[in-house]
Amino acid sequence: MAAPLTLLLIVAVTIRAVLFRSSLAELISARVEVVSPLNAWKRVVEGLALLDLGVSPYSGDVFHETPLMIYLFHFTVDYAEIVFIIADGITALALYLSIQTYNKDVFRKQKYALESDRYSADCLELLRSPKEMFYIPLKVAMFYLLNPFTILSCVAKSTCGLNNAIIALFIFCTLKGSALLSGILLALATYQSIYPLTLFAPALLFFLQRLYIPVNLRRSSFWFFTLQYAFMYVGSLVVITGLSFFLLGSWDFIPSVYGFIFSVPDLTPNIGLFWYFFAEMFEHFRLFFSCVFQINVFFYTIPLSIKLKEHPVFLIFMQIAIISIFKSYPTVGDVALYMAFLPAWSHLYRFLRNIFLVSCVLLACSALFPVLWHLWIYAGSANSNFYYAITLLFNFGQILLVADYFYAYLRREHHLTHGLYLKKKDGTEATLVLK
Amino acid sequence: MLILSSLLLFILTTHSEALTPAAARDEFQEELVIRPLHSGDIYASFQFRTLWDTDFLQEGQKVSHYRLFPKSLGQVLSKFSVRELHISFTQGFWRTMQWGQPFIPSPPGAELWVWFHDTVSDVDGNWKELTNVLSGIFCASLNFIDLTNTVQPSASFKPLGLGNATDHRFLRYATLPREIVCTENLTPWKKLLPCGSKAGLAVLMKSEKLFHSSFHSQAVHIRPICQDEQCSSKAWELRQTLNVVFDLHTSGQGKKEWSLFKMFSRTLTEACPLASSSKVYVDITDNPELFELSPATPLLGQAVVLGDRRTYSVYDLSRAETFGQLRSFNLLLRDMLRPLLHAERYVAGFGLQTGEIHTVIYNNHPYRAFPVLLMDSVPWYLQLYIHTLTVTSKSRDNKPSYIHYQPAKDRHRPHLLEMLIQLPPHSMTEVTVQFERALLKWTEYTPDPNHGFYVGSSVVSALVPSMVAMRTNFTQDQPLFSSFVPVKEESSYFVRVYTEPLLVNLPTPDFSMPYNVICLTCTVVAVGYGSFYNLLTRTFQVDEPSPPLSKRLANLIRRMRGVPLLT
Repeated sequence: MAAPLTLLLIVAVTIRAVLFRSSLAELISARVEVVSPLNAWKRVVEGLALLDLGVSPYSGDVFHETPLMIYLFHFTVDYAEIVFIIADGITALALYLSIQTYNKDVFRKQKYALESDRYSADCLELLRSPKEMFYIPLKVAMFYLLNPFTILSCVAKSTCGLNNAIIALFIFCTLKGSALLSGILLALATYQSIYPLTLFAPALLFFLQRLYIPVNLRRSSFWFFTLQYAFMYVGSLVVITGLSFFLLGSWDFIPSVYGFIFSVPDLTPNIGLFWYFFAEMFEHFRLFFSCVFQINVFFYTIPLSIKLKEHPVFLIFMQIAIISIFKSYPTVGDVALYMAFLPAWSHLYRFLRNIFLVSCVLLACSALFPVLWHLWIYAGSANSNFYYAITLLFNFGQILLVADYFYAYLRREHHLTHGLYLKKKDGTEATLVLK
Repeated sequence: MLILSSLLLFILTTHSEALTPAAARDEFQEELVIRPLHSGDIYASFQFRTLWDTDFLQEGQKVSHYRLFPKSLGQVLSKFSVRELHISFTQGFWRTMQWGQPFIPSPPGAELWVWFHDTVSDVDGNWKELTNVLSGIFCASLNFIDLTNTVQPSASFKPLGLGNATDHRFLRYATLPREIVCTENLTPWKKLLPCGSKAGLAVLMKSEKLFHSSFHSQAVHIRPICQDEQCSSKAWELRQTLNVVFDLHTSGQGKKEWSLFKMFSRTLTEACPLASSSKVYVDITDNPELFELSPATPLLGQAVVLGDRRTYSVYDLSRAETFGQLRSFNLLLRDMLRPLLHAERYVAGFGLQTGEIHTVIYNNHPYRAFPVLLMDSVPWYLQLYIHTLTVTSKSRDNKPSYIHYQPAKDRHRPHLLEMLIQLPPHSMTEVTVQFERALLKWTEYTPDPNHGFYVGSSVVSALVPSMVAMRTNFTQDQPLFSSFVPVKEESSYFVRVYTEPLLVNLPTPDFSMPYNVICLTCTVVAVGYGSFYNLLTRTFQVDEPSPPLSKRLANLIRRMRGVPLLT
């Protein structure tokens, strides 16, 4: 599989290099769907320029990157394009290797389940074979590298690409079983933007499953491992934050980065739900709704972890999707990350209910975003409601997509244990409903 | 034999003048006079004169070899025995109170007055035919001139050229006030010139600019004149004149800055090769320090015109150095009121997302450079990007020696940018910085959000070198207007220049939508919540249809009776 992967990498690098050299790079860097106030390249350059002028980048409200980004780009600002192409390559490679490991894991678990007779008799069609799973890692890498969202994000030099690389490396280390590296990378991902905090639960569940520790709150082995992992994670986070303090000698970056993510003061339009909501908010409800919207990202963790405790990798996918949809400043780079996982669930195709509708909605919205933006901002013939409507529709499509895959996954699990062709009491074909 | 041949040669040479007619001498001169008027308008007067030593009116001698003199007019003169012809086409009315006196006056519309030779028997017939022929030559509807609008003034229009006949029966005068002048009239008029509109001053006559003026008049004047003081020989003089007044606001864009290019959208590249003299005169009598002329010329002329002695700067187009290196002569008249330091500011860019603030600072001192301190305070909702700051003077980068920048904090404080820039002498310095426009909360907009948001003026503070030494000691009897700013130095004075404030439009949300937005967004979030809630709390079950009502009632009764139920 090395040859097709190399070819894929070459094609991806070529596309990005060609776009970097063309006049489209300028245009794409300014698009609000691709960059947000948190990860725009223009703001990174501005922060470095402020540092050169002797002013702290966090004294204004333009720069919202973490100090380690300043460190990184201080040395590589001239080779920024190469950095972002390499980041994309690392993400794709990490995802490829993770899904390869995951497939082996899936196949092994399936073998054990078949041997212990846990599957019902007539669900042979639902079983997965190595032959159909052979090309899935390559497809995952392809879905990430050749996704137009990823290419746009890379050409715009949005630091979302770097965040995706860190999350992909975290997934790789988790699936390989290295708890320390996984903790460090998760701490790095959380340090960059707070939301990957919710990935702590699926990583923990994966390690527990791997080490055959039962998920039982009364067992001491569970708590022992949990505390170990939590210690590694929190420790790395503290170390990284401390290092950042020593870069600029002040804690200014905490309100500038994390305060900014939570309080959403900048209402620049993006593909998320926050900007127009807070632009049209009544003043006395602002605090209440900020809390509601932020809690919305975090609070699906516990219920999902309980439901999917046997399936931590699917849980990771669900968590990343929920973060991408409900975070305060989403961009298409975030969307591209969870979309890369979709080939891994290609066996769920027969149970997906709304896939046609969802793909049409997402395609149409992606096409309409630049049109309605132009009509609002440049032509002056539309107003902000048009763009907001497409934002709503895009997020609705994404929610439907994720919910659909969740439904299909749960249904397949049900069929595996209860049989594929179910019959009612009177022998006719049954329909399954959620009750 | 030899004597015979030499005699033959002698006879031939003495009678050569009789065998071949004498070559008539003709001469062409062209001239342009530019006079800036008091109201800021500018008056340009072209005159093209062709002098020809010939006699159209001599019987028996038909003039056939035309060189500089246009053939169509020559034939008109001989056929209708015209002694003097004056025709003019004018668009607009000459405003004497605002513009003074014109060089060649003319009424609006068309005017034609002609002195016929006293040998003409049927003057009216000649007049009728003449008007028709001229109508064809000039593409004008002069055929409307007939007996109903022709007069024979007895005293007003005496001959302007030679001629002792004062019998006004041979004079005819008519005007057509309704006649409109347009390109169709200009083109045949230009064709009468020896060089046409291809060389010399006539290249400036392009109709798109000439007709976009307050006053436009073209005329042809033909008369016999004396060649010298004693009037030993006569010649025919053809003068073609074109007078045009360009309006300050229509053509000049409100600025008292005129150039040949601005007036005519052409520059001069060469004199007419057939002209014996080709000159441009600029009237500098009115306060020569008021405007500056470029390129400068050492030639000065004086002339008495309209009862006034006036001084002119003269440009001789027959000399190659007038055209300079670029082989193009573009005369520039500029208002001399040039303050030493002034600044302008404007917003560039389009759309409601980004923009650029350009501040332009002019140093008009001819040889001294001095530093200025520029202060910009930009509100927080226009996010400045200081890495896009460029300062250019004379299209070269000019790095400021001191920059103090305090970035804005959203809803707390605005941007503050202070720079010390060294301005080179006689230059324009441009400071540009890019910004992005923020979307504000709906309560932060003013009641008329589409009016835009104001950005305060930039402040340029400088110590400008003074022409005059100033006293630094404090005196009581100084007038108030000179004692506001304390004078610390003798050779420079403190000046503070404010630029224009800017008006910037920000993208606006729809103000009627708060409730709708809350409902719709919460609906989408609720759809997500609802789907996940369903999938998390419910399990898959086989859908057993509930039994029909009759069966349920029957089962209810059976249960009460204690009998086995129906399935």
